[in-house]
Amino acid sequence: MSVVGVGRSIARMPGAIAPRLHWSVLLPLAGPLAFLALWWAVSASHVVRAVLLPSPFETLGYLGTAFVHGTLGADTLVTLTRTLLSFGIGALLGVPLGVAFGSNERLYRSVEFLIDFFRSTPASALIPLFILFFGITDINKIAIAGFSVFLIVMFNSAYGVMNARKARILAARVMGASRFQVFRDVLIFESLPQTFVGLRNGISTALVIVVVAEMFIGSDQGLGHRIIEGEQILHVTDMYASILVAGLLGYALNVLFMIADKRLIHWNGK
Amino acid sequence: MIAPSAVTPLPEQDDAFIRVRGLDKSFAGQPVYQNFALDVPRGKFTTIFGPNGCGKSTLINMMSGLIPFDAGTVEIGGRDFRSAKIGYVFQNYRDSLFPWMRALENIEYPLRVRGIPRKEQVARVEQLLARFEITLDLKRYTYEMSGGQQQLVAILRALAADPEVLFLDEPFSALDYEMTLYVRDRLQAVFLETGLTTVLVSHDLEEAVYLADRIVLLSKRPTRVVETIAYETPRPRTAEILADGRFVATKQHALDLFRAEMRR
Repeated sequence: MSVVGVGRSIARMPGAIAPRLHWSVLLPLAGPLAFLALWWAVSASHVVRAVLLPSPFETLGYLGTAFVHGTLGADTLVTLTRTLLSFGIGALLGVPLGVAFGSNERLYRSVEFLIDFFRSTPASALIPLFILFFGITDINKIAIAGFSVFLIVMFNSAYGVMNARKARILAARVMGASRFQVFRDVLIFESLPQTFVGLRNGISTALVIVVVAEMFIGSDQGLGHRIIEGEQILHVTDMYASILVAGLLGYALNVLFMIADKRLIHWNGK
Repeated sequence: MIAPSAVTPLPEQDDAFIRVRGLDKSFAGQPVYQNFALDVPRGKFTTIFGPNGCGKSTLINMMSGLIPFDAGTVEIGGRDFRSAKIGYVFQNYRDSLFPWMRALENIEYPLRVRGIPRKEQVARVEQLLARFEITLDLKRYTYEMSGGQQQLVAILRALAADPEVLFLDEPFSALDYEMTLYVRDRLQAVFLETGLTTVLVSHDLEEAVYLADRIVLLSKRPTRVVETIAYETPRPRTAEILADGRFVATKQHALDLFRAEMRR
C-alpha cells in the first residue's frame, strides 16, 4: 500500500531484465563515439588542414602523455584550485547573506535591483575593473570568479528562503518555535534545494570565469593560459587537449554536484 | 420518519473551553466575521461545517494564532489563546510535515522546540506510540509513506507536546477514500483515549456528523453560527451508524439548515 513499494519494484526492474536489454546500457556512448567519428572523418579527409585540426587519436594520445609526463596535470590542478577557491569564497559569503536577505523580504527588495543588475552584467566586462583593484595577480582571478559565484548563490538562496512553504513555517510556529528556531529548523532546509541550484550554477560559472581570466589576465599557468598559448604558437594539439580537459573538468564538477544534490537534498521533488 | 425533536439544538454553554467573543475579521475590506461568538465545550469533539468561503478554516486559524484577527478575544482554558498549547493538523500533510526529517523526528519536533531533554523526548514519544498502538515504521522519511500514514504522523506530531486542544483543518481532504477511513478511525481512537478537546473543520457533512459530539453550522458571510447541533451517539462509532436513525435525522436536520442558509 505504500508508495515506496512501487518505487522499489521499479528500481528492481532493470536488474531483472538486464540480460536481454544489456546493449541499451551502451546507449550513452553512442553520441561521443559519433562525435569522435565525425572529428576523425573531417581531419582524415583534409577538409580542414591538419595544422588546424589534428586527428582525435593524436589529440587523445597527446592528452595522456601531457598529463603523465608534461605539465597538463599541473595546469589542470591550478585551474581546479582557482575554481574551488573562488567557488568556496562566493558560496561561504553568498549562502548566509542570501538566507538573511531572503528571510527579510523588505531588506531583499531594497537590494534586489543591485543584485539583479550585477547578476546580469557579464563578469568579463568587469575584468578590467578588477585588474585596476587587484592587479594582474592570482587574487584577481579568484576575486572576479568569486564575485560572480557570490551573486548567483546569494540570489538563489534568497529566493529559496522567500519561496519556503508557508504551511511549514506555520506548522513550526504553532508548535511553539521561536523566530530563530523557525529559521534554523525550517527556512534553512526549505532554501536548500534552491541553494543547491545556485551552487551548481556557481561552480560552472566559476570555471568559466577562471578560464577566461587565465586567458586574458597575464598568467603563466592554468588551462585558460594553456589554450590561448596553444592557439598563439599554433600548438593546436595542446590546445585541443586542454579544451577537452577543461570540458571534462566542468562535466566532472557538474556530476559531483548532481550526486551531492541527490544525497543531501534527498527530499527534493518528493 | 423520525421527529425533528430527536435532534437537540443546544442552549448557551457554561463549560466552554474555548470562548470566542466579538471577533472581527475582514479580507481586503470584505468582512468575513463581524462580532462573532462561539463556545467550544471541553473534552468534546466539535466539527465545523458551513458553505464554501464562509471562513471555516479561517476560524480555526484565528483560534490557533496562525492568522491575526482585527478585533475580539479568543480564550482557551480561561486564558488568552496565545499562551495555550495547541495541536494543529493541516489540510495538506505534504506541505506541513518536514521532509528532511524522519517521521519519528517530525513527531519529536514539538518537544525539541520546547527544549525538553532528549531522553524525555524519546520516552514521551514512545509512550504516545504505545498508547495509540502505532506500528508504522517511523524510521522512514515522510515522503516514503502513503498519504494516510503521513497524515497520521501529522496527527501524532500535533499530539506529542500534550496540547490542550487539537485543531484539524480538513485533514482528510487530500486523502483517498480508503485512507480517509483509516485515518478517521485512528483519530476517533485518539479522541476516545485522550478525551482531548477537538475541533475539526470539514466540508463533508456526513463526516462532520459521524465524528462529532457537536456540529457547529456556520452561515454565509458575514459568518455567524446558524446552530450548534448535538450528536451524542456512543463511541467507537463504526460504519453501521451511517444507517442509524439518529445519525440520519441529525444529518438531515443539518442539511435542511444548510439548504435554508444557501437560499437566503
